[in-house]
Amino acid sequence: MDLYAILKITWWALLGILLTGLGVMVGMDMGVGASLRYLGRSDGERRAVINMIAPHWDGNQVWFILGGGAVFAAWPTIYATAFSGLYIVMLVLLWSMIVRPLGFEYRSKLPSRRWRGGWDWMLFVSGAVPMVVFGAAMGNMLEGVPFHFTWNMVSYYTGSFISLFNPFAILCGLVSLALALYQGGAMVMNRGEGVIRERARRQLTVAGLAALGLFTVCGVWVWRMAGYVITGGADPAGPAIPLHKTVAVVSGAWLHNFQARPVLWLLPAAVYVAVLLGIAAARSGRSHVSWWLGVVSWIGTLGTLGAATFPFMMPSSSNPSQSLTVWDASSSRSTLLWMLGWSVVFVPIILTYTSWAFWVMRGKVTPEKVEQDEHAY
Amino acid sequence: MHHLATVVDLSRAQFAATALYHYLFVPLTLGLSFLLAAMETVYVITRRDIYRRMTRFWGKLFAINFALGVATGLTMEFQFGTNWATYSHFVGDIFGAPLAIEGLMAFFLESTFVGLMLFGWERLSRTKHLLVTYLVALGSNLSALWILIANSYMQHPVGSHFDPTTMRVQLSSFTRLIFNPDAQAKFVHTSVAGFVTGSIFVLGISAYYMLRGRHLEVAKRSFRMAALFGVFAILATITLGDALGFIDGSVQPTKLVAMEALWKTAEPPAGFNLIAWPDQKAQRNDFELKIPYVLTPLITHSLHKPIPGADALERQARTKIREGIPALEALHTLSSHPDDAAARARFKAHEKDLGYALLLERYAPDVSKASPAQIGKAARDTIPPVFPVFWSFRIMVAAGFAMLALFILAVLYSIRNQVSDRPWLLRLAFWSLPVPFIANFAGWVVAEMGRQPWTVYGQLPTWLSASTHSVGYMVFSLSGFVLLYSIFIVIEMSLMVKFVRQGPDDGGPPPDRSGIALREPRLSEV
Repeated sequence: MDLYAILKITWWALLGILLTGLGVMVGMDMGVGASLRYLGRSDGERRAVINMIAPHWDGNQVWFILGGGAVFAAWPTIYATAFSGLYIVMLVLLWSMIVRPLGFEYRSKLPSRRWRGGWDWMLFVSGAVPMVVFGAAMGNMLEGVPFHFTWNMVSYYTGSFISLFNPFAILCGLVSLALALYQGGAMVMNRGEGVIRERARRQLTVAGLAALGLFTVCGVWVWRMAGYVITGGADPAGPAIPLHKTVAVVSGAWLHNFQARPVLWLLPAAVYVAVLLGIAAARSGRSHVSWWLGVVSWIGTLGTLGAATFPFMMPSSSNPSQSLTVWDASSSRSTLLWMLGWSVVFVPIILTYTSWAFWVMRGKVTPEKVEQDEHAY
Repeated sequence: MHHLATVVDLSRAQFAATALYHYLFVPLTLGLSFLLAAMETVYVITRRDIYRRMTRFWGKLFAINFALGVATGLTMEFQFGTNWATYSHFVGDIFGAPLAIEGLMAFFLESTFVGLMLFGWERLSRTKHLLVTYLVALGSNLSALWILIANSYMQHPVGSHFDPTTMRVQLSSFTRLIFNPDAQAKFVHTSVAGFVTGSIFVLGISAYYMLRGRHLEVAKRSFRMAALFGVFAILATITLGDALGFIDGSVQPTKLVAMEALWKTAEPPAGFNLIAWPDQKAQRNDFELKIPYVLTPLITHSLHKPIPGADALERQARTKIREGIPALEALHTLSSHPDDAAARARFKAHEKDLGYALLLERYAPDVSKASPAQIGKAARDTIPPVFPVFWSFRIMVAAGFAMLALFILAVLYSIRNQVSDRPWLLRLAFWSLPVPFIANFAGWVVAEMGRQPWTVYGQLPTWLSASTHSVGYMVFSLSGFVLLYSIFIVIEMSLMVKFVRQGPDDGGPPPDRSGIALREPRLSEV
């Protein structure tokens, strides 16, 4: 196989890993933010919950920032087309996410009850909304988005912004929110005690079951949905330009890859197995196992999405032949190669010091400890 | 193409507003992080608790500033895609790489360790915590390095070529991209300008305490450290600024024209316009006050080289536009007939001036039929708005020298231990708090407005770079940002002022925490 084609597939897989990292690490913190008002009833309890993620939310958020940077570097046409096409969605995502650092950093700086209560709502919004938008964006990638290019690659989005929040997209958004609540629940179980831990366990169970239910509905929906098929002109080793292929829209086409390679069914199966085992592990108090099974459920969910749509990355519903695929939306061979080199060097380093940071801050966080620590959030 | 100009203008306004806002917080992070590291180093070496308390206090202010820097940085990472889609497609193969490396190498480092820096005091040994603080400082400055490598590509595109098949510029040399001469000078200039910002911040607030006779232990030591750190930082800023001006003189002559309001080519020895009132329409200065002989050596670092003015550059631009027209025509042919060898050869012969033909496309959608008047209009566009660039440059330089004077005085009196007896100096230091921020803004305007009419100098015009949004979308998003960011700044400033007023922990018995304990007794029932 040609090196350029291999690089494209590698970067497609790396994008999947990055989105998984985003789902797990950012999702976990957002799951905590979204359920803060449930997990902590008193101010002391809420501060305990916030301080469980206090030293880590910023580092975790870099998964999101790096996601943006990596899409820009490796899939510039997708970065340009998706982010401008989904403009209002991106604004909702940004505006809700911007509030989050302030929520963590400023909430406990002042003693006023209204101040803290206000930030608690902000943390709810900045946890729940981005996860729904994240999932909804993935849903739109399955449905296709109305965009087209002119001859010189200027892109036009021709849909309304409200159509991006269609029922299927919202459904996908809820799957993502449920998985985040599951992951957040696992994390709070790991680091909480007593009543907080018990609430977290209940949250994990309910969110996990909800995720499975919603995921199943999504699956049934996709079964009948119009998918996209390349009918000619695509060259895996060719230059990255999405204007020279032909694409057909076929009902149920998103199942073709599964029919061709039945082993792919293991991906959706992994979601069910991981979540159910994760709930069971939480019941027996082994929440660390539940956390890692949450990682598996993210891999399964995003893996299912990738397996269904490959090689499509962003189908165009208004001009299917200009859909963006793995073969025609990437950077040049040289950039993909350089960026692979940088990633191979830095990702292990990042994983090492991130683990060290979690290890240093390990242990239970309780309202009493937070009260005594004058530097806690 | 309806309302294209309005959409581009609104996109520019939004980018400028969000970038400058973000840039309120970033330089302070760059400088304060190293000052924290310096204070903590003294603590680790001397083991004197006063330096620990100093680090904790400035660290608290650092955290308040840092949160908003992180929050508004999110906007920047995505705004190229949301609002500059054509630009992002055009340069993504090159521009995205330093941004992604910034994430890999710098953001993760900075963001992971800032958590340990703020929350790890009791869990890490002194040396390990010091190391963590240095890693935060290193991470934030590395991120400046990569973002400025990306920015320098917009100023001085090197290491790339335009590919007519993919309709974008593609990487030809990664090493040339990262060793862009513009990037080296600009990174150091910007980073040390951040150190200056951090120094003035510490200097000004320490002066405030000394004027009120509060927290003298911390204030005196902080003042002295900031003064020393600041004097080196401002000297480096000015030196590198000069180097950057020298580079701009050769790679961005139109920016230089705007910085110096140089309408006519300046034969040596040319005078330096100390002040002037540039009139862009008439292409002349209504008023100018010159220092004779200074400009030629200042810009060319020689005594006998002429400096091309707007008149000469406009003539050159007209030639380049005519040279570029065949490239754009050939590109159009290639888009439908990729195998047309003649078109490919014609493109190759003219590709270096493609950007200038794109500039013309604004006035003549079919460039083959462009009139001399249209070509003239496009050529005139190559001179950036002179008035704002000229004055921003002078404001930046004046601020720089004013701060140099302040730091020198602060160091002199600090060494003699006479600062407390010089209330005028303390007042001066306090009222200088906004000065570095003004200088930073002015510097940004010189760099980015001086780059106009290009997003990528000489290659991609700004008018062609924006996403194809409606005016309505742009009004909505710009209003949203203005509203949100206004609320944020009020919150941030009030917290900052509150914690500055509260001041550092003066040691002794544990501080009375009743002030920050919960006032409402029934909060547990929320």
